[in-house]
Amino acid sequence: MTIAYDYKTRTSYTEDAAAQKAAHKVLLQHSFEPSLPERGYTNRTLHIDLSTLKVTEKAVTRQMKDIFVGGRGFGLWYLWNAITPTTKWNDPENDIVISPGPLAGNTAYAGSGKSIVVTLSPLTSIPVDSNVGGYFGPLLKFCGYDALEIQGKAASDVIVVIDGPKKTITIEEAPEENYDSHVAAEIFTHQFADNDKDFVNVGVVSAGKGADHARIGCLNFSWFDPKRGAVRLKQAGRGGIGLVFRDKKIKALVVHGGKMKGDLNQAADFARTTKVGRVLAKEIHDFDDQQCKMRSIGTAHLVEVMDAYDLLPVHNFQYGKHKDIDKIASTVWQKRFTQGIFDGCWYGCHMACAKGADCHKVMTGPYKGDVVTVDGPEYETAAGLGSNCGIFEPDWILESNFYCDTYGLDTISFGTCCAFAMECFQRGILNLERTGGLDLTWGNGASHVELLHQIARGEGFGLIVGQGVKYMQEYFAGKGWGDLPFMIDIGMQVKGMEYSQYMSKESLAQQGGYALTNKGPQHDEAWLIFMDMVNNQIPTFEDKAEALHYFPLFRTWFGLMGLCKLPWNDIEPADNAKHGKDAAKVPEHVQNYLELYAGITGNEMTNEELILQSEAVYNFQRVFNLRMGMGGRKSDWPPYRSVGPVTREEYESRAERYDKQLKELIGVDPAGKSVEEKMALHRTWREDRYNKLCDAVYARRGWTNNAIPTLETLKKFKIDFPEVVAVVKPHLG
Amino acid sequence: MITVNGDRMEWHDGMTVAEILEIRNYIFRMIAVQVNGELIKRGTYEQTSVPDEADVQVIHMISGG
Ligand code: SF4
Repeated sequence: MTIAYDYKTRTSYTEDAAAQKAAHKVLLQHSFEPSLPERGYTNRTLHIDLSTLKVTEKAVTRQMKDIFVGGRGFGLWYLWNAITPTTKWNDPENDIVISPGPLAGNTAYAGSGKSIVVTLSPLTSIPVDSNVGGYFGPLLKFCGYDALEIQGKAASDVIVVIDGPKKTITIEEAPEENYDSHVAAEIFTHQFADNDKDFVNVGVVSAGKGADHARIGCLNFSWFDPKRGAVRLKQAGRGGIGLVFRDKKIKALVVHGGKMKGDLNQAADFARTTKVGRVLAKEIHDFDDQQCKMRSIGTAHLVEVMDAYDLLPVHNFQYGKHKDIDKIASTVWQKRFTQGIFDGCWYGCHMACAKGADCHKVMTGPYKGDVVTVDGPEYETAAGLGSNCGIFEPDWILESNFYCDTYGLDTISFGTCCAFAMECFQRGILNLERTGGLDLTWGNGASHVELLHQIARGEGFGLIVGQGVKYMQEYFAGKGWGDLPFMIDIGMQVKGMEYSQYMSKESLAQQGGYALTNKGPQHDEAWLIFMDMVNNQIPTFEDKAEALHYFPLFRTWFGLMGLCKLPWNDIEPADNAKHGKDAAKVPEHVQNYLELYAGITGNEMTNEELILQSEAVYNFQRVFNLRMGMGGRKSDWPPYRSVGPVTREEYESRAERYDKQLKELIGVDPAGKSVEEKMALHRTWREDRYNKLCDAVYARRGWTNNAIPTLETLKKFKIDFPEVVAVVKPHLG
Repeated sequence: MITVNGDRMEWHDGMTVAEILEIRNYIFRMIAVQVNGELIKRGTYEQTSVPDEADVQVIHMISGG
């Protein structure tokens, strides 16, 4: 395909990079000996205390590898040891842990460049884990570290630079650089690369000015895109990690690695890894265009699919489809994304789904008039910033996508927060006076983006929106603006985290898939809507509980290993359908992962053992929640908007379906009943079913009826450490 | 009448798999179709007719971001 515009045109921010670097003041310089991993592990962690300016190394023990494996597991274990049950997110002892897993950094198998970030979340007050691409994690590992653990708070804005070739770690005051991420990532890449060819060996982690003020702050991980000549960004989006980062006064983390090669993990059997990698690469090459088109559209291919199945969130998850869907459908994004360029967020990822919309001319705010490359939108962003807020104009979606990223704000949480605020505006809970003059009518893209600018400036109504749905519910109720129970029904948050962008009203399994998660309602644990609602494949509570056992644990494994989930099931072998009901597991790909694991670590493993590996960490995280005061069945309770129709309009939009359910499933003749009576009957039935689902899931997971892992369960996974048992015991009665 | 993913659906003589997918608005590309337990090859949905009282399973692979 020919490209009709110059996709390399963009505003540059590096004019003053050298002068800005000269203004750095090195607070600490520490020498270290870089090392390569052996069979995926370097066996040491870098610990940095920003309060005391101390840099130390910790050994990664055999026990850590056996039980916590890597990635998310290491993050949780370090966090557990760093904090106490009374620690708050902004206490200095709170950790930010970044850990690529043992398989991360291999270039043989698509989707192998992920890092997992763990911290105590400002949104939920429990641990959050976020899986992110970009080069930082693998380059960190190839400098010699399985994890980076940051504690303490700096006195002024600093950067931390881990430079493998120079064998130094420095903490530097960096007073002059603009830290909005699209600027900061470019400047620091230029400052710490030896020359233009070396840009690819620099990874930058940053959070912009929005993350100074908002609990929905995120981190941006950079990677250099040589074809575009641009620094690109991927996000560790969920849970407010960006706010913790900025609270520690970190402007950026920079890693500078040596020359990249395919075998730096020093795999036990490198040929075994390349063999499975080639099989997957061929599948992607041969079938992606007929399957998900990830290489040309990325996850945005789902936009019209979700609409067709009534699953696209529209107007704060009230409805599942919209008449204007064509305006933001995948064909629109396909045209906006520059085609024919490798968009892999790590080497060797043939899925190459990290699409970029080049030549976006910024319409508002401090970068008005600049020409930028927008990273995305992915499906979640198009739905969250688009349909869920009634915005069906691609330019506004790109604008808010750009500003969310550069300001360090999570597009998913911001989308859900804004949708909630817009519904409050629709229902009179908010008005122009209460929003400071912002018209939050559905579809108002300009107001939407102005909220982002307000968050970045730390002022106005945007500042309130940036604290999350839970905060808004309490704030609006405290002001006497709205009825709290109603706002709890329509506010799409569980445990304090905002929902990601799928409608779960008609899928009981997905209601659990969201609300029974450890960290909060993010679909990376379980996405069961097709299996449940469309395929009707898991009809009983026990079937659903089995799916809510297998899939969350299988997906947890990606976070332990440093892998991306997408190459597992957004591409499939030509004959995958032969597995019938098991096709959703993509059995050949599961086998590939076992091969990859054995090839790198030298350890053979079965599918069952893979699940057990995840289950230990999963249970540990559940106990961790309990330790921080969040646990029990009540913490898994969803907002009713995710379970059934809250309002008359929602009921009427699906009246035929709901009336049929009344008759056939609830056993009540809807004739002659008011909408309110029918809604009440539905609510009783639906909430009862959700409770029964919880019973079945807790039993399957080896938990009590109040969602507490039993002592037998802790023993089974060898996590019955005295301090873990001590947390659980008082809850076992 | 036939059954599609557990739901009863009107049937007519000569009804094809492709027609069923269209009526149900099953536009997702990663699907596996079974008619009475027999897997139907992709690319043959237009030509494959479905008998009365058939049990049709349209299995959508998981996907999702
Ligand atoms: S599939 Fe996409 S998100 Fe995953 S590693 Fe590859 S390019 Fe990155």
